[in-house]
Amino acid sequence: MSSSILIIVFGPLLAAIVAGLGNRMIGNVPAKLVTTGALFASCILSWPIFLAFVAGDAVASVTPVLDWVRSGTMEFAWALRVDALTAVMLVVITTVSALVHLYSWGYMDEDPDQPRFFAYLSLFTFAMLMLVTADNLVQMFFGWEGVGLASYLLIGFWFRKPSANAAAIKAFVVNRVGDLGFMLGIFGIYLVFGTVSIPEILSSAPSLAGSTIGFLGMRVDTATVLCLLLFIGAMGKSAQLGLHTWLPDAMEGPTPVSALIHAATMVTAGVFMVCRMSPLFEMSPVAMGVVTFIGAATCLFAATVGTTQWDIKRVIAYSTCSQLGYMFFAAGVGAYNAAMFHLFTHAFFKALLFLGAGSVIHAMHHEQDMHFYGGLRKKIPITFWAMMAGTLAITGVGVVQLHIGFAGFHSKDAILEAAYAQGGEMGRAAFWIGTFSALLTSFYSWRLMFLTFWGKPRWGESEHIQHAVHDAHGHDAHDHHAPTSDGTAGYHPHESPWVMLIPLIVLSIGAVAAGYLFGPAFLQSASFWNGAVAYNEHLMHAMHEVPTLVKYAASIVMALGLLGAIYAYVLNKDVPAKVADQLGPIYRFVYRKWMFDELYHYLFVVPAFWLGRVFWNKVDIGVIDRFGPDGAAWVVVQGAAVAKKVQSGYLYSYALVMLLGLVAAISWVIFA
Amino acid sequence: MIGIEHFLIVSSCLFVLGVLGIFLNRKNVLIILMSIELILLAVNLNLVAFSAFLGDLTGQIFAMFVLTVAAAEAAIGLAILVIYFRRRGTIAVDDVNRMKG
Amino acid sequence: MSGFPILSVMLLVPLLGALVCFFASASAARTIALVATTVDLALGVLLWANYDIGGAQWQFTERASLFAGFQWALGIDGIALMLIMLTVFLMPICILASASIEKRVGEYMAAFLFMEVLMIGTFAAQDLFLFYIMFEAGLIPMYLIIGVWGGADRIYASYKFFLYTLLGSVLMFIAMLWMANTAGTTDIPTLMAYDFAPQAQTWLWLAFFASFAVKMPMWPVHTWLPAAHVQAPTAGSVILAGVLLKLGGYGLIRFSLPMFPEASAQFMWLVFALSMAAVVVTSLIALVQHDMKKLIAYSSVAHMAIVTVGLFSFNVQGLEGAMIVMLSHGLVAGALFLCVGIIYDRLHTREIDRYGGLSINMPRYALFFMLFTMASIGLPGTSGFVGEFLSLTGIYQVSSWVAFVCTTGIILGAAYMLYLYRRIAFGVQINADAAAMPDLSLREWLMLGPIAAAVLWMGIYPESFMAPMRNDIALLDARLERAGPAGDALVRAGRGEPPAEDAAAQEGAH
Repeated sequence: MSSSILIIVFGPLLAAIVAGLGNRMIGNVPAKLVTTGALFASCILSWPIFLAFVAGDAVASVTPVLDWVRSGTMEFAWALRVDALTAVMLVVITTVSALVHLYSWGYMDEDPDQPRFFAYLSLFTFAMLMLVTADNLVQMFFGWEGVGLASYLLIGFWFRKPSANAAAIKAFVVNRVGDLGFMLGIFGIYLVFGTVSIPEILSSAPSLAGSTIGFLGMRVDTATVLCLLLFIGAMGKSAQLGLHTWLPDAMEGPTPVSALIHAATMVTAGVFMVCRMSPLFEMSPVAMGVVTFIGAATCLFAATVGTTQWDIKRVIAYSTCSQLGYMFFAAGVGAYNAAMFHLFTHAFFKALLFLGAGSVIHAMHHEQDMHFYGGLRKKIPITFWAMMAGTLAITGVGVVQLHIGFAGFHSKDAILEAAYAQGGEMGRAAFWIGTFSALLTSFYSWRLMFLTFWGKPRWGESEHIQHAVHDAHGHDAHDHHAPTSDGTAGYHPHESPWVMLIPLIVLSIGAVAAGYLFGPAFLQSASFWNGAVAYNEHLMHAMHEVPTLVKYAASIVMALGLLGAIYAYVLNKDVPAKVADQLGPIYRFVYRKWMFDELYHYLFVVPAFWLGRVFWNKVDIGVIDRFGPDGAAWVVVQGAAVAKKVQSGYLYSYALVMLLGLVAAISWVIFA
Repeated sequence: MIGIEHFLIVSSCLFVLGVLGIFLNRKNVLIILMSIELILLAVNLNLVAFSAFLGDLTGQIFAMFVLTVAAAEAAIGLAILVIYFRRRGTIAVDDVNRMKG
Repeated sequence: MSGFPILSVMLLVPLLGALVCFFASASAARTIALVATTVDLALGVLLWANYDIGGAQWQFTERASLFAGFQWALGIDGIALMLIMLTVFLMPICILASASIEKRVGEYMAAFLFMEVLMIGTFAAQDLFLFYIMFEAGLIPMYLIIGVWGGADRIYASYKFFLYTLLGSVLMFIAMLWMANTAGTTDIPTLMAYDFAPQAQTWLWLAFFASFAVKMPMWPVHTWLPAAHVQAPTAGSVILAGVLLKLGGYGLIRFSLPMFPEASAQFMWLVFALSMAAVVVTSLIALVQHDMKKLIAYSSVAHMAIVTVGLFSFNVQGLEGAMIVMLSHGLVAGALFLCVGIIYDRLHTREIDRYGGLSINMPRYALFFMLFTMASIGLPGTSGFVGEFLSLTGIYQVSSWVAFVCTTGIILGAAYMLYLYRRIAFGVQINADAAAMPDLSLREWLMLGPIAAAVLWMGIYPESFMAPMRNDIALLDARLERAGPAGDALVRAGRGEPPAEDAAAQEGAH
């Protein structure tokens, strides 16, 4: 296994270096071939590892690579750890990444900078793999920051666009706020445990019970403070409420990036980290409560915003945010395996939705506003069916008695049942919030489908489409100026090329079947996890004992959401506008994403620049320089001006002074 | 009998005259030079008087040194004055303040 | 190797080069300087290769009595070795970066070579007064480099530089005289083990601190740095950021900490307060700069503050981290100034707004610039991370507050560096002249390539750099042990079995 894991992890890195440094020297096709080839190789090597864990005949292993740092008692090395948790992430990352690479052949076909794009994608994959194979917290942090870098580069891939640059910086800086917590968490863990090795930390975690630590002048429970610091890091990376503002903006990047990084893999790193450190989190009920609370709050918040957005990618982005909330509150109630299961299924159907959206955008000449979609069902049928599979998966369609359904059905139900079964107040609250969010999820997912694929074409008004039509017709007659009555402006969307459709089809299979196939391993098999996460046998058992209503809750609200969407977007199309009008300020508050961007802008960005100017002009120049070097110079100049007056230049005054000096000297000699 | 006191009194008078001449005089640099001569004269008188009274020739030898130096000093001083007058057209003390800071 | 006075030879080679340069023509001077610095680099590599890790504390020692008890005493430990390596590594790059100097080339090269002599001398000196002479004389060539070959406002900058640095030195010199008198020796290794009376330590520490804080530079005596950087020619900035700032840190680790451990503990909070202020204040200032060099200069102040908190955390991680931050900052800040110099040579302006979209016409340049930007931010895998991480780990064991405030630097650092990068390399090409600039030439490749390799090496396998210093840091840590602070964490075990790790973890908590 050790050599295959080396190829899995370092293959993408080599490919990224070849494609990135070779760039224009080696040309587009070789760059794409080498990166995509490396990713498919990784993917093919990853599945056997995962399946071996599912089958139960694999053991956790660590492959050392290189020494890293040894400083006093602090030691950490580059090493690749493979256990069940890593294996899950391996297949998610390499599969989605390989498919996204393939998809990008079609999506990025006209881009002049393709080698750079593929190099970034592969670099990202490498960093993500380093993150999930980390045996110590510092290597995890390496991957953590590496994916942040790749995300920054990819969001800003179209670096000529000011909005893309702004979004890239925002993503990096907001993530750094989370990293502040993560770093302090690592420092604290080293202080408490004397090591940063994850297995050693987890094995000595139980000894923390009841211990306290001084932190920022307070005396607090050790496990709580460590977990909360780590969780701040997870919040940043996984875009949880408070540190989520970067994720919707990150949609400025190319759509394959959104699918890979901002849906399937990177944003789930926070969930992964909480699960990885789960024995530590188990020691702190307070921290678990916070995780549950933040997860549930994010889940609800993002779902409400998702119902109001018009940009197709933003809707899916908020949906991602919301689903991540599910994962966190699953982890918060102790159902780490359910969280990982949802992470696993979510990777498939969310990547599918994003790639499907990309296919729509590709067909619609980079128009992303759903105002200008409609009636695309017939035009791009394969994309439509793929999106349909994704929507069925995310809304959790399935048959409860038979326990057969789309991927989201298995994982989301497990989360809701676990939240209810956990029994605490926080768990119950999370269950109700989660159920309500499932209603909203169903509503906005179907809203997206109806606005995009049903109804009449509305793209005649779109600027992007008009440009496309104009370019296509080029020089011929002006006939296209005549408005066409069918709302198409003479434009007919085409289905995407096969390189884009194959990933959609593969992911559709995952969205349909992943839940059913792997549910038992994730949810009912302690031997599968084998200590990789804290497996709560009692909770898993209690999940089956929940009232029937709880079991049906998700399906009921799913149906309600679907009906609502049908009513508002198929039958009575003027209802949404009326509702929005009536709700007025509430609608605007939700539409503008609960005003977080404005709040942070005035709370942090503006004061930071203002303070910078004050410290520079008033303190550095105004005080330090004025009273420091310039002040010293001033004193010298003024002193010289005074001394100058003594120097009259007249001989007789010098003589007088000499005489007086002589007299003084003589008198001192004589009388003293 | 003329004692050492008389010599000392005369020489102190001469010395004070010389010193006052330097910084009470505001007119002519020439007078400053003359005042300096006066001071040196006072010193010489002292040296010679003490030499005679103590019977030690060293004082008179030093008086000869002082005379030599005074002559040289007068010569250089006058030369500077001549050149100064040529360049500035005046040797009034109040106008000589190029050293003012 | 034994018996061959390699350190003296390393001083002699650039010194001879400097003398020859004075009388050589411009092009000959360039060649001579390049050869002399390259030979010194080769000697440096030889030095490193022959350094016996885990051997004697002081190696390659040379002793010769000169006059009146004044000694020509040279010798290095691992700490000095690494800083000498940094110096000899950066010097040839500086000479290469000076291609755009047209005025008085011979004198310019002589100044640089003389500078190299003094810097190596400072790190290798084992006699108090030899150190002082080398340390202070370093001012003169730098003063000339800024004052003669600098930008428009060079006189003001050079005067400010001189005024600040000289102020501290006077106090340090008085303290040195007192020490030599009291301890009866000027031998640095002996003094490092000498225990001064605590009362005296206080004053001595303050006198030394005055000098080192200015060199460092610590807030609020940092304002000479932006001015000097902005006016200095590119190579001058590189040496200033790369090596001269390290003299302050070297002074603290060689004098203040081992010679006055009690006083160091006593003034710990002064250092922490100034460093915390520096991290936050100068980072915010960097955010609003319009001048590239000023921005990087302010970021240097923030990074050096991490060095000081690391040094004064009194534990192994802090000390090693501080050393790695110094080495890393020497490389990264130097490289960033080179990056600025490269585009300054093309467009003759440091105004950030005059550039934009450089990754279109200068993609290779943009790649290097990105790497160094990330190293400056402290991305894991680059040298910046290892140092910052260890320093902050060290300080966390003393005070979570200090660690918290200093760690905010990673957020602010990311903000101002990425904002800079965005305005220079991203966006559309607004200025036609900036858009027409050619990509890196071979000479510029030779400048940036080695630094990039070193930055990655130090980030991925820092063991090469940490191994020579390990014993010396351990000795220093042992010496500081009696004065070390207790730390504010004070983990108290609860119901669970008392964890064995806890005790081991609280190294600082004695």
